[in-house]
Amino acid sequence: MKVFDKGVSRRSLMKGGVALTAGLAAPHFFTRSAHAYLNEPTGSTVTLGFNVPQSGPYADEGADELRAYELAVEHLNGGGDGGMMNTFSSKALKGNGILGKKVEYVTGDTQTKSDAARASAKSMIEKDGAIMITGGSSSGVAVAVQALCQEAGVIFMAGLTHSNDTTGKDKKANGFRHFFNSYMSGAALAPVLKANYGADRKAYHLTADYNWGYTTEEAVRTSTEAMGWQTVQTVKTPLAQTDFSSYITPVLQSDADVLVLNHYGGNMVNSLTNAVQFGLRDRMVNGKQFEIVVPLYSRLMAKGAGANVKGIFGSTNWHWSLSDPGSQAFVKSFGSKYGFPPSQAAHTCYVQAILYADAVERAGTFNPCGVVEALEGFEFDGMGNGPTLYRAEDHQCFKDVLVVKGKENPTSEFDLLEIVEITPVAQVTYEPNHPQFAGGQLGTCNPGA
Amino acid sequence: MFGLSKKDGTLFLVVIGMTLFAPILLNPFPEGSELAQFNAGYPDLMQRFVIFGIFAIGFNILFGLTGYLSFGHAAFLGVGSYAGVWMLKLLTMNVVPAIMVSVVVAGLFSALVGYISLRRSGIYFSILTLAFAQMSFALAYSVLTPITNGETGLQLALDDPRILGVSQVNGSIPPTNFFGFEMRDGFTLDIASWSFTFNVGYYLCAAIMLIAFYLSIRIFRSPFGIMLQAVKTNQQRLRFTGVNTRPYTLAAFIISGMYAGLAGGLMVAMDPLAGAERMQWTASGEVVLMTILGGAGTLIGPVLGAGVIKYFENIFSKINDNVLYNWFSFMPDALQDAFVFMIHPFIGKGWHLTLGIMFMLVIICLPGGVVEGGQRIAKLFRRKKSGPADSGAASLPNSTPAE
Repeated sequence: MKVFDKGVSRRSLMKGGVALTAGLAAPHFFTRSAHAYLNEPTGSTVTLGFNVPQSGPYADEGADELRAYELAVEHLNGGGDGGMMNTFSSKALKGNGILGKKVEYVTGDTQTKSDAARASAKSMIEKDGAIMITGGSSSGVAVAVQALCQEAGVIFMAGLTHSNDTTGKDKKANGFRHFFNSYMSGAALAPVLKANYGADRKAYHLTADYNWGYTTEEAVRTSTEAMGWQTVQTVKTPLAQTDFSSYITPVLQSDADVLVLNHYGGNMVNSLTNAVQFGLRDRMVNGKQFEIVVPLYSRLMAKGAGANVKGIFGSTNWHWSLSDPGSQAFVKSFGSKYGFPPSQAAHTCYVQAILYADAVERAGTFNPCGVVEALEGFEFDGMGNGPTLYRAEDHQCFKDVLVVKGKENPTSEFDLLEIVEITPVAQVTYEPNHPQFAGGQLGTCNPGA
Repeated sequence: MFGLSKKDGTLFLVVIGMTLFAPILLNPFPEGSELAQFNAGYPDLMQRFVIFGIFAIGFNILFGLTGYLSFGHAAFLGVGSYAGVWMLKLLTMNVVPAIMVSVVVAGLFSALVGYISLRRSGIYFSILTLAFAQMSFALAYSVLTPITNGETGLQLALDDPRILGVSQVNGSIPPTNFFGFEMRDGFTLDIASWSFTFNVGYYLCAAIMLIAFYLSIRIFRSPFGIMLQAVKTNQQRLRFTGVNTRPYTLAAFIISGMYAGLAGGLMVAMDPLAGAERMQWTASGEVVLMTILGGAGTLIGPVLGAGVIKYFENIFSKINDNVLYNWFSFMPDALQDAFVFMIHPFIGKGWHLTLGIMFMLVIICLPGGVVEGGQRIAKLFRRKKSGPADSGAASLPNSTPAE
C-alpha cells in the first residue's frame, strides 16, 4: 500500500502541526461566564423542554405525556380552569407564567433510545435555550438524560421511570423523580398478596431482560420472601420477545403456584395473554388456585391485554378514578380538553411541570441550584397522591401507592382497573442507603456556569 | 497540493472551508425569526454532522470501493464507543487516549468479523455482518451488562478511578478535554441578530474529520484503491489472473471498521455515554442510507448524506403543531387548520416519512445521490457559459452500486 510515499513531507507536516497548535492555543472564551447560570431567561418568556417518546414502543405514553405538558403550560400561563394549581397546597403560582415570564416550550422525540434522547435534550439546551428538561417513559432514557442535564447544568424532572436506579445508584443532584419505583411496588403489593393468596406460596418470575426488569424482580422477590413466599425460579426474557409460549411451558412443569410478570408495555400484554391461553389461571397447584401478578400496571397496558387482566393484582402510581379534589380537578380539566381521562404517565408529567414552576417561584430564580434547594425536602399536598415529600437525600417523592386489580365488569374502555388499596406512604418508605438503592452519589447541583 | 491532483485538491479545500465556517454557514437565519427553527449551527448537531461524516467516509471505503455491503457497521461504532467510555472512566478525561483506544479496539473487532464474514460475498456477506452486529447488540443489551451497563448505557460516575486524572471536581464529574481545552467550551459571536457558536469540541471533530477525509482521498487514488475497485468490477476475473483478493478486502474492511471506531470514540469524547442502541441494525442501516443518499463511491457524497439524514432527524423531528400554527398565523383559522392538518404527518414524529420520501426521490431521479444532483447542476451552468466541458466534479467514474 503506497499511500504515503509522496506528498506529505516532514516540513509540511510540521507546518500543519504548528498551525493546528496555534489555532487550539488561541484564547478561548467561556460563553457560560456571561450569565450566572446556563440559559438564563432574559426576555419576557422562558422555554421548557418536553422530551417524550413520540415513536417506538412507548409512543402512546409519550403522546399522553405531551398532552399533560400542554395542559400544564396552559394552566401556568393562566389559561383553562387551572387544574391542580387550585388544589395544590403551595400558592406561589399566580397564573402569570413563571416569575412573570410567559412559559413557552419545545418538544423532542426520545425514540425510547438513550442516544436519541440525549441528542434531542442537547438540542433543546444548546439551540432552544431550554432551562429545564422533562419527560420520558423508560428508565434507561431517564437515567441517560438525567446525567446529561447534570453535566450541562439544567434541571431534569423525570417522567415515567420506575427503576430503582433513577433515584438509586444513578441519582443526580439536578434530577428529580415524582413517579414511584420498583421497591415501592414490592412493598405495597406484598401485604395485599398475602391477604389474598396466603403466606405459603411458590413464585415463578419472568423478567424483562433489562435494568428495570432486574430492579423490579429484586424488589418483588425481596418483599414476598419476607412474608414467607418461596421463589422457585427467575427467568429473564429478551425485551424484543413477542411470543412467550416457550417461557410459559416450564412454568406448567414447575410446582410454582404464582407467576410474577416483571414486564411492561407490549411485553406484559403478550406474556399475560400467552399465560392465560395456556390455561394458567384455571390451574390448581398444591391444592391452591394458580395466580398471576403484574408489579407495574398502566391503563394503556390493561387496554392492550383486554379481558385477560380481570382480577390480576398490580401497582400503579395514580389512577383517574381517585376521588380526592386534586385528582378530580386534573381529570376534569384533562377530560374537557381532550375528551378522555389521563393516564398515570400524564399525571406524573403534569405534576412535575407544576412542581418545577412552583419551586422556581418560591426560590425567586431559575438558577438550577436555587430550584434544587427549593425542591429538596419540599412537602406538598393536593396533587392527587395525598401528602407528599420530595426527599432531599435522593430526590425521590414519597407518597401513597395504589394497589389495583383488573376490573371484572368494566363500564367503559377507560374503566379497566379498580383500586384495591391505597398503601400509606409509611409502608413504602425506605432508608436512602437501602441495599436496593446503594452505590450512587447525588453530587452537587450544577448551574452550568 | 498535499500530494493531491488539482481536482482533488480543490475539493479538499472546499471541504476545509465548509467545515471551518460551518458555525456561520449553518446558521443562516437570524435568532428569533420564524425560520430560526431551521438553523443547524448548534454544537451538538455540528459535531454529529462531522462524526457521522467520518462514519460514512469509512463505510464508503468498503462499500464504495469494493462493493461489499456491510450491514453491521454500527457494531464497530458501538465497540469503539464502549472502549472510549472505559478509557474516560479508568484513565483520564483527556479524549486522546479514548479516541485512540476506540480505533484500535474497533480495528481488532473488525479484523475478527471481517476474517469470518469475507469468506462469502454478496448477500451472504451482508447477512453475516448483520448477524454479527445483532449479536453484539444483544450481548451489549443484556449478557454483558457488567461491561456495558445494558439498556441504560455506559456512563461516567462520581466514583470512577481515573488513574491519570481526578474522579470528581466539587461533586461534579470533570468535563472531557483535549489537553485542558474543554470540549463544551467555546464562544458566541453576536452580529446584529445573528448568533454564531464556535465550539471547541466541534473543531476537534472537524480537524479529525479533515484528516480522515484526506486519508480517504489518498486511499481512493492509491494502487490499493485501484485494486479494491477491481474487486468491485469483477472479482472472479481478478482471481483468474492469480490475484488473491482476500487480503485487499480484509484490509478495506478493517480500515472502514477503524473509521467507525474513530466515530464512536469521538461521539463519547463529545458526550460521554455509550448506549447499546448504537449497535442496533437500524443504526447500521442508517450509514448505508447516508452513503447511498450522498452518492456511493464518491468522495464527498457520504459526508453530504450523513449531513442530510442528521439534519432531518434533529431539525424536522422538533417541529410540532404549535410551531406550524405560528407559521400559518396570518391565515384565517379554517385555512390554518387545513394546512396544519396536511403538513402534520411529515413533521415531528413523522420525520421518518419525510426522509423516506426524499430518499426514494433521490434514488429514482438521481441514482448517483446528492453528488449527481450537484454534478447535473454544475453541468447546466457550465454549458451555458462555455459549451460542453467535462463534468469537473470530484468523483470516480460512478458505476452502479453493486449488490
